[in-house]
Amino acid sequence: MDMNQYLSMFIDESNDHLQSLNESMMGLEANPDDLSIVQVIFRSAHTLKGMAATMGFEDLASLTHQMENVLDLVRNNKLRMQDFIFDTLFKSLDALESMVEDITAGGEGKADVSAIVTSLQAIVRGEVPTAAGAAAEVTAAAQKTGDAPVFLDEFQYSVLQQSLQEGHQVLYVDVAIRQDCQLKAVRAYMVFDLLERSGEVVKSFPSVQDIEQEKFDYGFSLYYITQKDASEIQSMILNLSEIDKVTALALDQETLEQMVQDMAAATVEAPVQEAAAPEAAPAAAPVREEAIKAAAAKTVAAPSRTIRVDIERLDVLMNLFSELLIDRVRLEQLATEVQNSDLTETVEHMGRVSGDLQNIVMKLRMVPVDTVFNRFPRMVRDLAKSLDKKIDLIVTGAETELDRTVIDEIGDPLVHLLRNAVDHGVEGVQERIAAGKPETGTINLRAFHSGNHVFIEIEEDGAGINPQKILKSAVKKGILTQDQAAGYSDDEAIQLLFSPGFSTAEVISDVSGRGVGLDVVKSKITSLGGNVVVYSTFGKGTNFSVQLPLTLSIIAAMLVRLGSEKYAIPLSSIVETGIVKKTQIRTIHSNKMIEFRNGHIPLLSLSKFFSVPDFDESTEEETEIVVVRKGERLVALAVQDFIGQNEIVIKNLGKYLPEVQGISGATILGDGQVALIIDPNAFIK
Amino acid sequence: MAEDIKVIVFKLGSEEYGIEVEKVQTIERMMPITRVPKTYSFIKGVINLRGVVIPVIDLRGRFGIEEADHTDQTRIIIVNVNAMEVGFIVDSANDVIDLNRDSIDTPPEVVGGIRAKYLDGVAKIGEERLLIMLNLNEVLNKGEIVQLESLEG
Repeated sequence: MDMNQYLSMFIDESNDHLQSLNESMMGLEANPDDLSIVQVIFRSAHTLKGMAATMGFEDLASLTHQMENVLDLVRNNKLRMQDFIFDTLFKSLDALESMVEDITAGGEGKADVSAIVTSLQAIVRGEVPTAAGAAAEVTAAAQKTGDAPVFLDEFQYSVLQQSLQEGHQVLYVDVAIRQDCQLKAVRAYMVFDLLERSGEVVKSFPSVQDIEQEKFDYGFSLYYITQKDASEIQSMILNLSEIDKVTALALDQETLEQMVQDMAAATVEAPVQEAAAPEAAPAAAPVREEAIKAAAAKTVAAPSRTIRVDIERLDVLMNLFSELLIDRVRLEQLATEVQNSDLTETVEHMGRVSGDLQNIVMKLRMVPVDTVFNRFPRMVRDLAKSLDKKIDLIVTGAETELDRTVIDEIGDPLVHLLRNAVDHGVEGVQERIAAGKPETGTINLRAFHSGNHVFIEIEEDGAGINPQKILKSAVKKGILTQDQAAGYSDDEAIQLLFSPGFSTAEVISDVSGRGVGLDVVKSKITSLGGNVVVYSTFGKGTNFSVQLPLTLSIIAAMLVRLGSEKYAIPLSSIVETGIVKKTQIRTIHSNKMIEFRNGHIPLLSLSKFFSVPDFDESTEEETEIVVVRKGERLVALAVQDFIGQNEIVIKNLGKYLPEVQGISGATILGDGQVALIIDPNAFIK
Repeated sequence: MAEDIKVIVFKLGSEEYGIEVEKVQTIERMMPITRVPKTYSFIKGVINLRGVVIPVIDLRGRFGIEEADHTDQTRIIIVNVNAMEVGFIVDSANDVIDLNRDSIDTPPEVVGGIRAKYLDGVAKIGEERLLIMLNLNEVLNKGEIVQLESLEG
């Protein structure tokens, strides 16, 4: 069967599942005892596995399968979530993500995940290093004493305790294989196989892995949960050939405790773990109720009433639609000529309908910012972890919609700002405590509509920006002179962060400060027709506020005339329009200049620049000008007439035309004519 | 026996040219063209073809033939090559013929010069007619355009 036709669907859905897995895992990390979240995760992983297997992506399927094994233990209360498991599961998600990326790029989704799989399998077997040194110590201790009781960690201990409470048998089984056994690993495997048929091995020494590799002498011991009696188990194992001796010891609460205490005496690590256990449990409890509510709310919202549409089809729809609008204008003209009231009425009605249609078409291209935001919680978590900080990311307004074209572009600048907030903004735990703040920092990521714009804010309660330090640094880097710096207000000083070549990072860390500064963020956002400002209170925190246009494909523009030609100038870069008299134009170094706001700015002849055949303003007594801006610099463009302000749909000039100097695209006017859009940046060097 | 291909036939001056029909999207009557400044002289500008902005090349200008006034017969042939949509202004286009691949000969050496690059071959139809098959990749090759410009300049 040809699977290619399902491939894009597979990729889309896999990404959805990975996203929801990531989100749920984060939720679970916040409430590790909430089994309802585990269920959600399990189902998602299961679906993903099924899809991958159907599509023939074996590596993907087998990795998800291993994850499922772990999750299955968790949801059945046989395993308690803890840091190591979280880290491993997150690593698995990353691996899955890169596999899906590979598939998206046309690959086969193959990856070497043996390390992760080994960790996952180890978790399933109950070998979880609770503390970095614990695992090593177990091995060391066990090797010393040979057949010493198997070391139990906190959660294995609690599993055994729970089993006892639920009336299961907990056995400590010691098996010795005959010295002349040829294939002792196989024999051991048979013992495990047998045991697993009627119960569960919680922990064995040596580890199952070592046993498989014959890394043991002629005996091994294990903790075993079953319904059967010790004697029954004992005889079952003895029935296997080449078994020398079996002792199965039934444990009760007391003996179990005793064994653990013996261990505690034997190792230094154990008391720490024991102390940690009771502390963790009550702390998690109150959160649980809330989490369940949250999870419930989520499930209700889940059934989506959307379909996926190829963005290219939407573009075709847009094109067809603009054609329809042009025909409408034609019909309206005809109707006024014909003066037939029926016709006029119909055309008017058509006008209204097409107006509504236009709105709908535009809305189809709107995408919630969530599609960009959804990867941030995970990113912040990982970053905070690697920097050893505690940070809560609170996302609000993720449902705010933006045009697809803008969404595609804002990801990188936002990532940069967020990394900045985590790395430079929020302080480390010690610093925060010293400053009298809660040890967990908060980053608020907000999106909201305001007028024709969408605002995205990244606000943290970190150390804030020290304006004096910035001014000092700016002087040192030669961006300002000492005198200039003295005249800067605190607020102005903070905006200097966006100047090229400026970075406050004193130490270049792994996270940011790789030479890409906030100036890049600023220029990217400006190129989208947006703006970014920063507010900061020293010691209290910083807020980066990004203002974005709703869409990039429709902009407000000023239409101007140059002879028989019409051009559009984006309103966002226009500072002012006006008229200057010939006498006001001066020539400095053979460049024409005009006075503007207490300074002189160059006056550029658009007709000369574009060699317009039928217009030249040099003969005019009064010249219409449009003052445009790029950053701080201004230039006045001389035009013949202003036609008026209009919303225009931006189109590109086609693949064949090389980049045309001074032109950023084209638009189709109401009469079907093409007008070129002027790129004001081209006039400002 | 080589296959038959369908070819759109158009005229520039007295010469007849051919483009394989698969590469032609539509043939349009002359329509308003918006001049695009600061580009090659043979790029006449852009048109609005049902909502899509498409650049238009004057083929006479491209081949260095003197440009002619547009008439009723003037057509814009919209071709689509390598995902590039481009319009060609031609004197007229009113024929589609079947051509056997065998009847296309490589262009004779004599033709020579820059123009030979744009030719795929020459086909003989009947006794009198010679059809010049265009190599669209070369016609639209921008590297070549730069070279042309520098020759002219």
